[in-house]
Amino acid sequence: MTEKAIALTVNGELRRASVMPRMTLVDLLRDMLGLTGTHIGCEHGVCGACSILLDGVAVRSCLIFAVQADGHSVTTVEGLGGGDGRIGDLQDAFWECHAMQCGYCTPGMLIAGHALLEENPEPTTEEIREAISGNLCRCTGYTQIVEAIALCAARRNGEDGR
Amino acid sequence: MSDRGANYRYVSRKRRAREDRRFIAGKGRFAADIAVPGMKHVALVASPHPRARIRSIDASRALESPGVHSVLTGDELSAETAPLFNGLDIPNVKWFPLAVGMTRYAGEWVAAVVADSRYLAEDAAELVEVDYKPLPAAVEIESLLDSDSPPVHPEHGSNVLVRKNFEWGPVEEDFARSEHTLAYRARWGRSSTVPIETFGVLSRWDPIREILDVWASIQMPNYQEQIANALGIPTNAIRVYNDVDVGGSYGVKRGIKHTVITAYLARKLGMPVRLIEDRLDNMSGGDAHGPDRLFDVTLAFDGDGTIRSMKLRAIDDVGAYPGRGPLQLGKPITALVGPYRLSSVAYEAISVTSNKTGQVPVRGFGQSPTNFMIETGVDLVARRLGIDRMELRRRNLIESHEFPWRIPTGTEYDSGDYRAVLDKTLDLADYDSLVARRDAARAAGKLAGIGIATCLEPGGGNNIFEQLLNEKLEITTFVESCLMRVDMHGNVTAVMSTTTSGQGHETLIATIAGEELERDPDSIRVTHADSLEALPTRSPVASRMAIVLGSATSEAARKIRSKMIKIAAHNLGVGEDRVEYQTGTFFVRGEPARKLEWNEIAGIAHRQFHRLPPGTDPCLQEFSVLQVPGASGQLPNEKKEIQLYPCFSFQAHIPYVEIDPGTGKVEVLDYAIGHDCGTVINPDIVRGMIVGGLAHGIGAALYEKFAYDEDGQFLAGSFVDYLLPSSHEIPMVKDVEHCTPSPKTSLGQKGSGEGGYLGAPAAIASAVNDALAPLDISLAELPMRLCDIEAAIHEKRTERTE
Repeated sequence: MTEKAIALTVNGELRRASVMPRMTLVDLLRDMLGLTGTHIGCEHGVCGACSILLDGVAVRSCLIFAVQADGHSVTTVEGLGGGDGRIGDLQDAFWECHAMQCGYCTPGMLIAGHALLEENPEPTTEEIREAISGNLCRCTGYTQIVEAIALCAARRNGEDGR
Repeated sequence: MSDRGANYRYVSRKRRAREDRRFIAGKGRFAADIAVPGMKHVALVASPHPRARIRSIDASRALESPGVHSVLTGDELSAETAPLFNGLDIPNVKWFPLAVGMTRYAGEWVAAVVADSRYLAEDAAELVEVDYKPLPAAVEIESLLDSDSPPVHPEHGSNVLVRKNFEWGPVEEDFARSEHTLAYRARWGRSSTVPIETFGVLSRWDPIREILDVWASIQMPNYQEQIANALGIPTNAIRVYNDVDVGGSYGVKRGIKHTVITAYLARKLGMPVRLIEDRLDNMSGGDAHGPDRLFDVTLAFDGDGTIRSMKLRAIDDVGAYPGRGPLQLGKPITALVGPYRLSSVAYEAISVTSNKTGQVPVRGFGQSPTNFMIETGVDLVARRLGIDRMELRRRNLIESHEFPWRIPTGTEYDSGDYRAVLDKTLDLADYDSLVARRDAARAAGKLAGIGIATCLEPGGGNNIFEQLLNEKLEITTFVESCLMRVDMHGNVTAVMSTTTSGQGHETLIATIAGEELERDPDSIRVTHADSLEALPTRSPVASRMAIVLGSATSEAARKIRSKMIKIAAHNLGVGEDRVEYQTGTFFVRGEPARKLEWNEIAGIAHRQFHRLPPGTDPCLQEFSVLQVPGASGQLPNEKKEIQLYPCFSFQAHIPYVEIDPGTGKVEVLDYAIGHDCGTVINPDIVRGMIVGGLAHGIGAALYEKFAYDEDGQFLAGSFVDYLLPSSHEIPMVKDVEHCTPSPKTSLGQKGSGEGGYLGAPAAIASAVNDALAPLDISLAELPMRLCDIEAAIHEKRTERTE
């Protein structure tokens, strides 16, 4: 199988790779670019653990081939903070609310929450539930995740939140 | 134990969980994140048939495929390894990681292909040609008792693996003097915990050092011993890394067969070998299904609602390979009569094998199906007698002044205040308004119901129940340990063994050590020793880590503290009884100026032998290994009575549901839960366990089923067929804590890891039945999927029309 050279922006940095046409984007990120924060849960587009932002839109990286991301911009969980171990405000709200247990679905949940707040800075509880309904979590029962996203929104809007 | 209402500095306080920081940064380290140089990848060839003779396997084309190193079959592996562990005494039931001569369920692994990448391995797996002769399969649960059902393991002679009869207390007398009896059947469907991370393992053999390195997504007692037994190598030649983050387990991450495949291949090929299940591998062939149970029950009770006795038969279909699965019929003996004052119980436990995927331990180890069975019966008695369900429970619940309470099976419940928790939950649910809401919905033509479940979460673990099902298993210890060190700079490090799969053990240890030592928990480092570093553990099962590891942490910290007091007394020139310790300072009581600081004592201990009291060992390092608190450490007596788990948490669930009468769709609109797990170590972690377990229970009650057709074909190998609840299906849960400390643990803590899962299925079933009561429908089979409910409504309406 002939490999194809691709170039894409990942977390603000230009990355080049030579990939088989059948390689999924999530495998490129994890196995070739070393970004193992994005997880694999089902490989059929249901669980959302592999969610990333493609040109700012939350998508499932198990359903996209790496070659389809050629020339596009990808943000993974590693890109949500400021680098150097700093974390973003949504990540901090997840920590504050203990919006996780095992941490496996967390990167996908953060991506879903991030995409929601970009589009809708003041979501209702129902809108938050809708926004994360494509991401499965087996540990939390979702309550603390919904609370974390609401807390982040409240803090951005200058409220204390909790 | 601590004083009731003890004023803790860190324990029970809102504090962030330390594990979360790496997860939010995308810096967790899960099995599939670990790569070593030269690593090869496994893809599996699975049987499409529920039951078939394997005539031949031709791997020649696969071996010619690019990047392929090996194709392993069951014939080779079974010749080179010993069978995997069975909990029951069934020597003729042999379990190997790959099918040998015969496949016993659809999805069973038949061959393993090793290649340079997973892509290449899967290409080659498609080229392995297996010639099968399909045979009729053993499928339906009751038919498995018949001597003419197709034999899953012909050498065993039947599909019944074990059948045990127990009788505790005066069963016949209690039945004779009771005014009523009621017989019913309850069915718990085949589901599981289904973590979002599948099982993964990487094995590497170092032939020079003669060490097998294993990184795995594991949660299992005696993992390295089982690997050693299968491979025939010493246990101290196996190093399992316990610092691998496990992406959810809730009991099921037991990939021993996966591990044996990779470890065998790593040694044979001289290459590190990794196997990461894909979702289909996981759900069909991973041997990670849960209990599949049929209960036939008779209750004996009086007209005032007093339930005296229960006769119970449980048949559990453990699938083709039993492993530890059947022992899940044993653990519920710990709380076989629930939180109620029954004075006797008869129990027939039957484990059967079928042509289905193998069973593993699932959250609660059989307790959730048992709680569902008990609560179903209590609701039926209430309906029969026309007594309110809450009132009937009040009349039967053990009362707070009656603890410790000994149930007929010989186990003593440690403490509790069940009525108080029930009352708190009714308040939280705003019960009167909830009733009004239900009645208004009914008046508007809807089906609406309120559920109730009051049930127990035994915690702490204690394997003695295994002996009740298999006399050869005489395991009377179930330890956990903690090693704690204060270094010469005064910094504290605590070491645990075993992996963590979301329970927050690092937070647990840091919080308890911080409390005991009056040090900031955030300053305490917690690490996971690997399996060669000699810290005994039985792994984080059985809601036991707060109880056993938590108490071990307290004990290690108390030893450190008393040694530091001893050193301080010697250097302050007073007796130990005159030294007080407060937040980092040791001083003479009444003379606060005569003092030594924490770091000074640490320095003396590590560097200044001449300042140590005579006979004192240098340094500050203490080890604590604990047996299950309060366990007798003995085998059951001749009446099969024994103290099983030590601590009993309690929960009251009150959900509110509405059902669409046209489609049968259930919506859980409200949910209140009251919970008592003694002293809470970290409130956010406990709340997460409760709500998360509850969501898992809603799944088991309404959606999740590993369905098979009547021929044994597997129908639920994806998340499109096996439905996990999303945020749409789980309501915002209201929760309230109550605290009855356990007298058996260091700070009064009990277990909480099995959480809401132990009561939610029963509570949801209760709510659905309350909603269907006006139609005179009563269901007792889980899951109650919309198709099942719609069918029941349709049938009833058809009956009425006719």
